[in-house]
Amino acid sequence: MKILVPVKRVIDYNVKVRVKADGSGVETANVKMSMNPFDEIAVEEAVRLKEAGTATEIVAVSIGPAQAQDTIRTALAMGADRGILVQADGPVEPLAVAKILKAIVEAEKPDLVFLGKQAIDDDANQTGQMLAALLGWPQGTFAAKLELADGSATVTREVDGGLQTVKLRLPAIVTTELGLNQPRYASLPSIMKAKKKPLETKNAADLGVDVTPRLEIIETREPSRRTAGVRVGSVGELVDKLKSEAGVL
Amino acid sequence: MTTLLIAEHDNSTLNEATARALSAATALGGEIHILVAGKDARAVAEAAASLAGVAKVLLADSDALAHALPEPLADTIVALAAGYDAFVAPATSTGKNVMPRVAALLDVMQVSEVIEVVAPDTFRRPVYAGNAIQTVRSAAAKIVMTVRTSSFPPAPGGNGPSPIEAVEAATGSGLSAFVEEKLSTSDRPDLASARIVVSGGRALGSAEKFSEIMLPLADALGAALGASRAAVDAGYAPNDWQVGQTGKIVAPDLYIACGISGAIQHLAGMKEAKTIVAINKDEEAPIFQVADYALVGDLFALVPALTEELKKRG
Ligand SMILES: Cc1cc2nc3c(=O)[nH]c(=O)nc-3n(C[C@H](O)[C@H](O)[C@H](O)COP(=O)(O)OP(=O)(O)OC[C@H]3O[C@@H](n4cnc5c(N)ncnc54)[C@H](O)[C@@H]3O)c2cc1C
Repeated sequence: MKILVPVKRVIDYNVKVRVKADGSGVETANVKMSMNPFDEIAVEEAVRLKEAGTATEIVAVSIGPAQAQDTIRTALAMGADRGILVQADGPVEPLAVAKILKAIVEAEKPDLVFLGKQAIDDDANQTGQMLAALLGWPQGTFAAKLELADGSATVTREVDGGLQTVKLRLPAIVTTELGLNQPRYASLPSIMKAKKKPLETKNAADLGVDVTPRLEIIETREPSRRTAGVRVGSVGELVDKLKSEAGVL
Repeated sequence: MTTLLIAEHDNSTLNEATARALSAATALGGEIHILVAGKDARAVAEAAASLAGVAKVLLADSDALAHALPEPLADTIVALAAGYDAFVAPATSTGKNVMPRVAALLDVMQVSEVIEVVAPDTFRRPVYAGNAIQTVRSAAAKIVMTVRTSSFPPAPGGNGPSPIEAVEAATGSGLSAFVEEKLSTSDRPDLASARIVVSGGRALGSAEKFSEIMLPLADALGAALGASRAAVDAGYAPNDWQVGQTGKIVAPDLYIACGISGAIQHLAGMKEAKTIVAINKDEEAPIFQVADYALVGDLFALVPALTEELKKRG
């Protein structure tokens, strides 16, 4: 069984993101970049399936600038077998990413594609569902648990009211939730080994995909900021203030 | 302009998220129809038909739609696409699951988690866990969007009922099947729309302590319960209580965070609350930077004391 895992290079989740004063976007110069945390979970899930003997090959693919190679190398160090970089320098929207991934799926013919449920930069939560639609495949989004048997995937999903379990006919798309697993840190020897794993580079035009953005970003602004309030000395004082000052009780 | 709003429901009741998304749909201008896709969901369609400003309700009723599986649901919506210029759904787990599928089938970029309709083609939405707000314009012939329900008030009911029309339900070609559902049942207010939310974090230390400390406070206030992801991951609270960037977004009148440090991912889910109270033993905890009222100390003493005080004062 072959698994394709798309991985995105994003601003590290620990970085305090700064909005540029001119409204043109957020500061990315000299900012730490990492693999989208949900994608790490997707890679981890694939690697565990390979260790269990269920998966035979894991292909990591990233769509982004040349530096997205680092993100692919991280996936290779975690245990993916080879990488594909689809180089694109500007922003690529989820719909275009899904179209690029569709072309890669058609060439690679994986049985499963694992994606993060959302990227923590644009918070769009779209790519996996869009890819499923374009391929005509079933989708198991927000997966907290995954079991494979007899040509199907049973996915337990985190939904608003609790948990929902669905059974998908393979090939299928699965998008990962935080609870699915705890991704490993790559060891130094595996990081060294990853440097020798194959990584091929393509571009969107080779795959026949137009990546021109469909949405025009007019401006990016800071949200309204809250300021720290007051320290209260006792629960009695808190209740007083909630009743008289805040008027919420 | 005609807009199709996808109803959020459980086949018996219409979720309030629908009325909130309706407020966003109304801001687009034009006529609004609501699609109720489900199984034996007539009562839901009737509730939808009474919402203000709804011209018509479409009811797609079939076994395949009983559990809002995204494959048949997206196909059902796309089959209606010719008649509509905009497709709107609340950003619930169902809306997030199905709308990108619809958008891709229509070759449209979706606008996710809209917090403001600036113009019928221009929207504001948070990115980077709410640390930036983007204004985006879509030039597409059709708009596909999900709506952050905490940013819009529910549209009122009591409308002279609009007509309900049956529409064709798609089958989804058996790509996926429903197995089971484990839904939390509770008499407490719904987290997404509660007026007061009390949330617990990793500091609670165990599921038993979480219940022992947090439930009485919630009861005293008639509040919904929330949790940080750390508390969910540790098994202290169920996943559907998670508040944050990747959990539920809430904007209650009062949010009380107990033993929660205030990671940006958590703040993303609650910083629009009207009043925030934080109880934490670390006076440097980042949660205090957004809290209106800070109570510094041990939650195992302070939370039960607060519960007592509230009961005493009624
Ligand atoms: C991709 C991604 C998405 C995420 N999404 C979310 C999300 O949606 N929601 C979310 O909440 N998190 C999310 N997280 C996790 C987030 O980064 C934090 O790890 C998490 O919010 C921390 O939870 P916490 O505040 O309960 O725990 P901690 O950060 O460990 O804080 C515990 C706090 O309790 C205090 N404390 C300890 N003992 C006591 C005591 N006896 N009395 C009083 N105070 C005490 C401590 O001082 C500390 O401030 C996400 C992370 C990632 C990587």
